[in-house]
Amino acid sequence: MVQRFRTLPPRYWLVLVVVLFFIGLPTVIDSFQAGEWAQALVLAIAIMGLNILVGYSGQLSLGHGAFMALGAYISAILVHRYKLDYLLTIPIAGLLAGLIGFLFGVPALRLSALYLALATFALAVVAPSLIKRPAELTGGVQGIVLLPPVPPQGASDAYAAVTGAAMTSDQWTYYVTLAWGLLLFWLAWNLLRHRTGRAMRAIRDGEVAAAASGINLAGYKTLAFGISAFYAGIAGSLFGLAAGFVSPDSFPVSLSIQLLVGAVVGGLASIPGPLIGGIFAYFLPIESNQWVPTQTWIPTQIASTIEKAGPAVTYGAVLILTMIFAPNGIVGLVGAGYARLRGRLRGVPDRESGQMPQDPQTV
Amino acid sequence: MQEFLQLVVSGIATGGIFASLALALVLIYNAMGLVNFAQGEMAMVATFIAFTLISHGVNYWIAFPATLVIAFAGGIAIQRIVIRPVERAPLLTLVIITLGLTTLLNGLAGAIFGYVPRSFPSPFSVQTVDIFGAFASYRDLGVIAVSGVVLLAIYLLLQRTTVGLTMRAAAHHPEASRLLGVRVSWMLALGWGLASAVGAVSGIMVAPIILLEPNMMQTIIIYAFAAAVLGGIESPLGAVIGGLIVGVTVNLAGTYLPFVGGDLQLAVALAIIIGVLVLKPNGLLGRPSVRRV
Repeated sequence: MVQRFRTLPPRYWLVLVVVLFFIGLPTVIDSFQAGEWAQALVLAIAIMGLNILVGYSGQLSLGHGAFMALGAYISAILVHRYKLDYLLTIPIAGLLAGLIGFLFGVPALRLSALYLALATFALAVVAPSLIKRPAELTGGVQGIVLLPPVPPQGASDAYAAVTGAAMTSDQWTYYVTLAWGLLLFWLAWNLLRHRTGRAMRAIRDGEVAAAASGINLAGYKTLAFGISAFYAGIAGSLFGLAAGFVSPDSFPVSLSIQLLVGAVVGGLASIPGPLIGGIFAYFLPIESNQWVPTQTWIPTQIASTIEKAGPAVTYGAVLILTMIFAPNGIVGLVGAGYARLRGRLRGVPDRESGQMPQDPQTV
Repeated sequence: MQEFLQLVVSGIATGGIFASLALALVLIYNAMGLVNFAQGEMAMVATFIAFTLISHGVNYWIAFPATLVIAFAGGIAIQRIVIRPVERAPLLTLVIITLGLTTLLNGLAGAIFGYVPRSFPSPFSVQTVDIFGAFASYRDLGVIAVSGVVLLAIYLLLQRTTVGLTMRAAAHHPEASRLLGVRVSWMLALGWGLASAVGAVSGIMVAPIILLEPNMMQTIIIYAFAAAVLGGIESPLGAVIGGLIVGVTVNLAGTYLPFVGGDLQLAVALAIIIGVLVLKPNGLLGRPSVRRV
């Protein structure tokens, strides 16, 4: 047993450290910040869904904000009208969003990835006005207000035993989101390193070759789209829980762009990428809005312009620069740096044979 | 009946606007197999430039061509600066870059010009004229005339001039064209410049109708997508026909279908996109795509 743990590859220890960090985080930050981190994790879940689609299967969706809206409204309506427990509605929202995503993907995916991008972009633009229409169901422009969740007695007691203070609803939301995040990241990891993931990557890297190898192109593409809409639905449902209300304006086109920024910056086709991307996409506008006005060396003219422009300019510039200079995002940069460091420490691979020196930990 | 005819005429006018923007999309699609999501925002920025010129006292009919020249140069600049470094990258990379451009231009315009909607001058009066029993405004007729002239000019340029021939050759057979001495990359830049100028026409035409602000083109670009998909995304003529059909359909649906009304007209465009993808994926004039291994 001990031997098994000692031979675990270093990345397993990294995962353990990251998980422990996120479990312990609310005990060192205040309740409001825990709410912010819950929102960042919500984005990370949605970005993981987008990453399965964009990074692994090479299809582009610009409408994941709309699928988040779908999940959020399914949960909110079930809670508000049918008095269901919010926690129960989260998987329902995910499954329904996944199903609708699957159906939406059937026509769009018969053609090139461009058409899916076009159709989903149109969906994201239309979504707010579609939501407003059935006003008695969705609450129209005002949306639906949700009561803050009450932490269950057991969780609150356990939290009080550690920190000495009762658990707030923001902290409870954070832990619910974290639990879903762990589950969904673990699922994605399992999915992507087995048959399904290999099929998706084969399609991404060459449709004709994949089809010739007996991979059902349309089937896997719609499956990928359905799964990623499922992730967006769960994220949307958690978004409603964390925000305390849902309204049509909570899901503008810019939300879909924000998800794409997170996916690209964190690193497409990687498992840790969406987590980094979610944190980045959530905190970048908040932090830069707080940071820019405090910097006296920036001329006030430019500072006020940046403030007025909001996150849009930053997001746009980050998207373009990342795609040109670091198409694999932060994870790609770290990976390249790590490989270089290893090369320095253990010797460069043999150029002639292309073989790496023996790695003692893999045997 | 009279109401119906009037709706058709004003639908043709807005359709001409959609057609210009759709044609811009088709130009770039034909040049590099890419849908330029930033086309609408590029047109919006050009419209703001026209607005600035006009509000500084420049005559409308001087500001209009001047803006087209600036938009043309801007399109070339964008191609040279952000598209050329990734010309050989996968399609997904290019699409994401045009999306970044969309967000960037939208944010910049908001920061520089603000989000307060402004009224944009039109050289045509809104007075109406009686044509065969339907009252059409001079503005609608002017929009139709300007769009028609632009579309005709593009057609002549592409089909009847050496530059047009070279551009088409560069798009269809980049390798062979390069061997024959065509500077393919600059032809792509020319395509971007042309698309930017054509898109700018749609922005300047639509601004008097829906007020000028940074998010102005967000809905227009969706109609243009619908027009381009309906016409067949690689066909310039298809873009024009698609634009007119979308313009008229949306106008009629907004009036005669009670559940659509004014606020769900955009959903009609989405329905057109999905409908075309289900029923006739290559659009009205598109050729079925053949993939070579």
